[in-house]
Amino acid sequence: MARINESLDSNERFDATARRLKAAAGVIVSVAITLFGLVLVTFLIGRVVPVDPVLAAVGDRASPEAYEAARIALGLDRPLVEQFLLYLGDILRGDFGQSVLTANPVLVDIGRVFPATLELATVATLFGVGLGVPLGVIAATRQGRWPDHLIRVVGLFGYSVPVFWLGLMGLLLFYAELDWVAGPGRLDVYYDGLVPTVTGLLLVDSLLAGDGEIFANAFSHIVLPAAVLGYFSLAYISRMTRSLMLSELSQEYVMTARVKGLSESAVVWRHALGNVRVPLITVIALSYGGLLEGSVLTETVFAWPGLGQYITNSLFAADMDAVLGGTLVVGALFVGLNMVSDLLYRLFDPRAR
Amino acid sequence: MTMRQSDAPNSVGWRAWLLDESPSGPWQARLGRTWRLWRAFARNPLALAGLAVVLGLVVVALFAPWLTPYSPVEQDLSVRLLAPNGAHWLGTDQFGRDILGRILYGARTTLLIVTLVAAISAPIGLVIGCVAGYAGGWLDKVLMRVTDIFLAFPKLILALALVAALGPGIENAVIAIALAAWPPFARLARAETLTIRGSDFIAAARLQGASPMRIVWGEVMPLCMPSVLVRTSLDMAGIILIAAGLGFLGLGAQPPAAEWGAMIASGRQFMLDQWWVAAMPGLAILVVSLGFNLLGDGLRDALDPKQP
Repeated sequence: MARINESLDSNERFDATARRLKAAAGVIVSVAITLFGLVLVTFLIGRVVPVDPVLAAVGDRASPEAYEAARIALGLDRPLVEQFLLYLGDILRGDFGQSVLTANPVLVDIGRVFPATLELATVATLFGVGLGVPLGVIAATRQGRWPDHLIRVVGLFGYSVPVFWLGLMGLLLFYAELDWVAGPGRLDVYYDGLVPTVTGLLLVDSLLAGDGEIFANAFSHIVLPAAVLGYFSLAYISRMTRSLMLSELSQEYVMTARVKGLSESAVVWRHALGNVRVPLITVIALSYGGLLEGSVLTETVFAWPGLGQYITNSLFAADMDAVLGGTLVVGALFVGLNMVSDLLYRLFDPRAR
Repeated sequence: MTMRQSDAPNSVGWRAWLLDESPSGPWQARLGRTWRLWRAFARNPLALAGLAVVLGLVVVALFAPWLTPYSPVEQDLSVRLLAPNGAHWLGTDQFGRDILGRILYGARTTLLIVTLVAAISAPIGLVIGCVAGYAGGWLDKVLMRVTDIFLAFPKLILALALVAALGPGIENAVIAIALAAWPPFARLARAETLTIRGSDFIAAARLQGASPMRIVWGEVMPLCMPSVLVRTSLDMAGIILIAAGLGFLGLGAQPPAAEWGAMIASGRQFMLDQWWVAAMPGLAILVVSLGFNLLGDGLRDALDPKQP
């Protein structure tokens, strides 16, 4: 690890590349095992359901023969291991089952609702990064003084507030009382379906269609839920930025930069912040994953037609294929984000090579 | 150190005994360590505030019937949806039940969930982590892989799927949250075990012929306990939020039981005109969760000031 500063001859360089490839392969294998485990866990959750899947399929007035036939058709007469392998095969082929609620294949449904969640989580992350990083830097440069304490309390509130309650209170204040933002949903009803779906992200699609009015409306709808959801990211990102910056500002090169007369803002914002950007990227990727979790409750409050609302709606309809499909997709996204942040770290930080 | 602290002469005795550099027994050493921890902790006013909130939660949960004259479930439609007033400090809900009274009783639900989840998930994590760390080899690999898989699900999503399978209700919510909450404890206990397993006293125990089971149970686990306890108090805030989220979705405690998340959900339809029905229980969740966060932060600072 400490050999980076020495000049590498071509042989060593080759070794280094081989090591990195090996490490990357290790990451991919471990991700594959984790994904396999995710499928196993969702399968097992699906097996403990008290709802009898056969009864759900044939109804409770079916004859014993019809019941038995359905049981065999659903593959429930086979050993558990065999059932799991069948399930795994289905998942690998992209068959997540059929939603009872919408009568669509689950994967089609998820593809339809996912852009809404992606859009919400992305705007929320922009909010969290845009405010969280500067707040973290300010807290670090004023360590122990009142801005630091204030930012710490703001962050602790972000960790402690129930996101669904914050959403309701936000709607009450900014929508019902002050009328600064639009209400629940992604668009006002009369704008619905006016822009052609390209990416599924309304902010992008409306810009592509050149429709400023719809963009403004979509923006007015997304601001509040994104801010509510992004508050948690803000808390997490500002805290991590602060601690990263504190350790960076105590480095000797910072002193050197100050001694040679660089302005304080150049030292802090260009040099120190520039050097923590790699770990910061992994922090942001992780917080992005955390938003998938918060989006379940936020989407319920704001009637946001995304993945979180899809999971909860299916849950109340006892639509297990849809619930488990959604859970699996969220888990896989989570694993994927972790992997990406891990790989980014290896890619950008020479110390991790 | 001790001399500066001691203005009352008889306090010199026990302070000096507690801070003795060469304690005469395990009890003295343990108490002395606790005392030092407490002094570091008590220097932080925010941490003390957090402790006060958590103690307040316990007191309110224990004495709820004596703190309010109102029943949490009895309905009185003649006083429904009253704004906060002298008789009902936080107003009443759509069934005429006193909101403050329901919040006080709701503290019982919250405390019950938090305690049960901690009592289930921390020991599971402790055992898995210690066994994995001590055994090493394939057992370690398998156990940590299982841990990573559970860690790969966001907690709330996994709890949702489990409740969907098990059915709504407070017991199932507890089981679901506990199953989602143990992996961080296992990771922590394993890391602690790895630093302990090479120690001389473990080697000594092994040479005396103690079985691996006995070493893990008698030597390793007790030493992992403190950090697991701190981690538990840090995780409580998140567990409260997940429990409230499940309650809000209607998957936790079922009506008419008083549960803060469910109270917010039922107040939602009156939000525009009777905002207090939904607002007040949310404040309760915020305060308690903030309390656990402050307490956990303070404990961590006292134990290891270098961490973020």
